Amino acid sequence: MRNLFAMLAATTFLTGAAQAATIYPLDRATILVNSPFDFKIELDEVHPEGDLAVTVNGKPYAEVFGKPAEFVAEEKGEDDAALGSALILRDLALAEPGQYTVEVKAGNEMKSVTWEVYSTAETAKAKNVIFILGDGLSVAHRTAARIMSKGMTEGKANGRLAMDDLDHMAFIGTSSTHSIATDSANTASAYMTGHKSRVNALGVYADRTPDSLDDPRVETIAEALRRTTNKAIGVVSTSELQDATPAAVVAHTRKRADKAEIVGMFHDVQPEVILGGGSAYFLKADIPGSKRKDDKDYIQLFKDAGYALATSKDELAAAAGSNAGKLLGLFHTGNMDTWLDRNQLKKGTVDKFPDQPGLVEMTKSALDQLSKNPDGFFLMVEGASIDKMSHPMDWDRAVVETIELDQVVALAREFAEANPDTLIVVTGDHTHGVSLIGTIDDNRPGDEMRQKVGVYDEAGFPDYVDADGDGYPDSVDVARRFAIFASNYPDHYETWGPKLDGPFQPAVQNENGEYVANEAYKDLPGAVFREGNLPKDNDTAVHAVDDIVLQAAGPGAEAFKGYMEQSDVYKILADAFALGTVQK
Amino acid sequence: MTRPQDPIRFRPDRRACLGGLAALLALGAPVPALARAPALTFDELYASYGVLGLEFSDKVKLLTGKTVSIRGFMAPPLKAEAQFFVLSEIPMALCPFCSSDADWPDNIVVVYLDRRQTFTQPNQMIEAVGRLERGSWIDPETGFVSQLRLREARYATV
Repeated sequence: MRNLFAMLAATTFLTGAAQAATIYPLDRATILVNSPFDFKIELDEVHPEGDLAVTVNGKPYAEVFGKPAEFVAEEKGEDDAALGSALILRDLALAEPGQYTVEVKAGNEMKSVTWEVYSTAETAKAKNVIFILGDGLSVAHRTAARIMSKGMTEGKANGRLAMDDLDHMAFIGTSSTHSIATDSANTASAYMTGHKSRVNALGVYADRTPDSLDDPRVETIAEALRRTTNKAIGVVSTSELQDATPAAVVAHTRKRADKAEIVGMFHDVQPEVILGGGSAYFLKADIPGSKRKDDKDYIQLFKDAGYALATSKDELAAAAGSNAGKLLGLFHTGNMDTWLDRNQLKKGTVDKFPDQPGLVEMTKSALDQLSKNPDGFFLMVEGASIDKMSHPMDWDRAVVETIELDQVVALAREFAEANPDTLIVVTGDHTHGVSLIGTIDDNRPGDEMRQKVGVYDEAGFPDYVDADGDGYPDSVDVARRFAIFASNYPDHYETWGPKLDGPFQPAVQNENGEYVANEAYKDLPGAVFREGNLPKDNDTAVHAVDDIVLQAAGPGAEAFKGYMEQSDVYKILADAFALGTVQK
Repeated sequence: MTRPQDPIRFRPDRRACLGGLAALLALGAPVPALARAPALTFDELYASYGVLGLEFSDKVKLLTGKTVSIRGFMAPPLKAEAQFFVLSEIPMALCPFCSSDADWPDNIVVVYLDRRQTFTQPNQMIEAVGRLERGSWIDPETGFVSQLRLREARYATV
């Protein structure tokens, strides 16, 4: 008994006295061999440099890392708050695969982390990788897209999505370094760097200093491809190109909102094909429509770098025939409109930007251009608006976006049939709290709209028709339609049907910064007020922590199986491309 | 999308609210300028929207420097101490990252009030009257970039 007390006392003493320094990369980081990254130690207290002891696998760190780090006597936080000492070594690269245990001791502060530095196959399994990401792609989106697009008879789907038949599958965990929950920045970044990070961060670990551009960097896949191969790189999205997912291919910032800087990062890497929205950040500040605060004209800078420029569907088609070798397509100042708005409803901003191409056309142009490279390519395609329409719970738009994404998968599979050395990966970056639970049928009896919801046997099958066979419903405005609901929401009005007048905007902000129900929907027939279950500073439904289903086909795809962290996916891409070996 | 890293929330202090309320009460009936000022609508701000930039309409060019009225919705201010608010065509659901001007729609008008007024509910349409100013301008206090502004403005609910 006395021993137990003594032991408890000792444990308590130890935990009380030892402060935890932070080491980046974090414990259990997996690092591609020879891949440059920033090493940083953050101490809680100020220490003289001489008191700091750092070893790697028991040897002094500078001996293993090959160079000394910069000692920062005292880092400063917001308002000059003292943060403690730090040690920073930029652009470290480790040539030897294996375990690296880094131990830090400074006064009472101690910390130990272990990294795994991995090598890859010596020769590439895949010449090309097409990485297709449905932002927010959840199981409900897929199920609804399949039924809406292909139909269902007596409980069996009348057809299959292109993504349904990819051979290999894994469950992907999406949590971030500081939370079980996540956002598109750090999740896309985990796919594109192999390192998990914190919400809002891209291509960096989130350190404690306020500067968003000084955080410890890790290598992105685009940088790794430039370092080790002559492959072409393509980035295609329906969002602003500075948005989290496309940015993750090239960017390093703690703050995804650094959109003007992210354009500069695209210019640094110069992917051969860049297609999407977000031209506002390419325009210099004095041009109406610009969202820059400086006079950098990135339209001109990209042209000077040899890019052909396309700003409409027709120009994109024309540019596909050009031999410029590099293609910049900007089709909107902000996020591009959804398939439903572009093709059927003509709402959103389609009146202002009537000539936007769709994701399938953009992907086709990208493949045409990139496949001219004899060394192969990496193409990241994002269906961004699955997420952008799921946040405001505009389920019709989100599901139709999923159908569009699936047509991109079909196109990729067609390409892979002709080019079997192509790995296709289809996944999401996080899920939404969304479920398809039955149907809503205007012809069901009842005065209240909730009486029109058909569940279990009463749900039956929806009325969507695809008479023209294009894979999209001829109309989403049908009598018996999907009943899709969110698990979480701000205050809003439930209107029980498709939003034919433009994307749903469930809540608006009041003068106290709280989101309240948007009264524009209050008087729609059948609308009912639904009190939110989220904190009032949330404008829309949020991401779910639920796993994502990843599917893949082609050389290297067999490595996807079971449960994997998002950061593990990068290792498979690196192995498929043999990024551990310089091939140029 | 996600929550902001450093959300900038508007927290009105009590004194500002009372002051604003007094100002609103003092306004009482619509300001006389409302009746006379030529009206601009959000549809009339730009002649064209393009990927490579927007073009101001002839009407905006003609009315620049003159007192005009515009109807729209007031977005909550970026910062409590901001000297301006954003007038938008429809009630704004600011995306979670709107701690900057980053994710606003193209067609907004920034309104600089000539005196403090209270903030309205987001679902309430207002009419703002002020001297129209055009061209890119960065607010020195907040760094907010705008293309069209109303200066020495006032507003009333409609």
